[in-house]
Amino acid sequence: MLDVLSRIFSRESVPSKDIARERLRLVLVHDRASVSPEFLNSLKEDLIKVIRDYLDIDEEALQVNLENEENSIALIANIPVKGFKRKVNGTAST
Amino acid sequence: MKSRVIVITSGKGGVGKTTTTANLGTALAMMGKKVVMIDTDIGLRNLDVVMGLENRIVFDIVDAVNGHCKLKQALIKDKRFDGLYLLPAAQTKDKTAVSPHQMKNMTNELRKDFDFILVDCPAGIEQGFKNAIAGADKAVVVATPEVSSVRDADRIIGLLEAAGLTETKLIINRIRSKMVKRGDMMDISDINDILAIELLGVVPEDEAIVVSTNRGEPAVLENISRAGAAYRRIARRLNGEEVPMYSLDDPENIMDKFKKMLKLAR
Repeated sequence: MLDVLSRIFSRESVPSKDIARERLRLVLVHDRASVSPEFLNSLKEDLIKVIRDYLDIDEEALQVNLENEENSIALIANIPVKGFKRKVNGTAST
Repeated sequence: MKSRVIVITSGKGGVGKTTTTANLGTALAMMGKKVVMIDTDIGLRNLDVVMGLENRIVFDIVDAVNGHCKLKQALIKDKRFDGLYLLPAAQTKDKTAVSPHQMKNMTNELRKDFDFILVDCPAGIEQGFKNAIAGADKAVVVATPEVSSVRDADRIIGLLEAAGLTETKLIINRIRSKMVKRGDMMDISDINDILAIELLGVVPEDEAIVVSTNRGEPAVLENISRAGAAYRRIARRLNGEEVPMYSLDDPENIMDKFKKMLKLAR
């Protein structure tokens, strides 16, 4: 009941074109990422390059995805850590 | 003048690709240009009926491509303008009857005789789309102010870029100023912000389009059609002229303005 009421109210308060624009913005983030599958792959490769200096990670199991939240899109990375590096490579060498 | 091959595409069906092709082709011919319109929607041809030329078809694009006739034999001369021709799609074959390579050769051959070669693209992103864009220098994307159409337009723009067509321009079709004013339809700037490509023109929703399609007479031939007037302006822009954007104000809104002026005066 509340849901119905709030829907009626929200329909009246927010112009439907604003809803359309917002929905489009979200859906296009996904569309544009999926049009070029290399996008996520190259992001993944670059992530590995950076993290490798700090952590010992399971590169095979690493997952990077765009996920839909209620009103936003999040980049979710699942990176299994096998161990910590004793020294940070970048700073140790300089 | 260097001839131009322009593909008219959209991704989504029913947004007005064929109507746009027919009207721009006719408007360019009215300006004295030599124009050929190619219907690449094999199996679902429609440009012929929109142009009112359906009874004159003898050969089609597949006949021309496969050498069953000469390319010139397949071209149908328009009944109104000397410089206007139609190359109809085949109705009985499927989209694989023509290859992108063949399309490219054909459009190149047509460049010798025409200023503008307008390619009416089928809906979708499959073989028909690949054929239609194969020989094109430039692309025009038609979108209506709806979520589904804008989404598909975005996808198409990405695919065109991937194919090397980077100067794609946008036509926003069937916009209703009343709905825009009350916030129930995305306006030009909303769509422009999302798609981020150059705007070629805006065509208002117009019942005259239905009437003109019923008759097989493109709306640009009608002086009173607002959509027709918008298409005539777009044609001039395609020809390189600077033309101000079509005003969304319909007569009713001019009346509103008039009322406002009276109120101010009081």
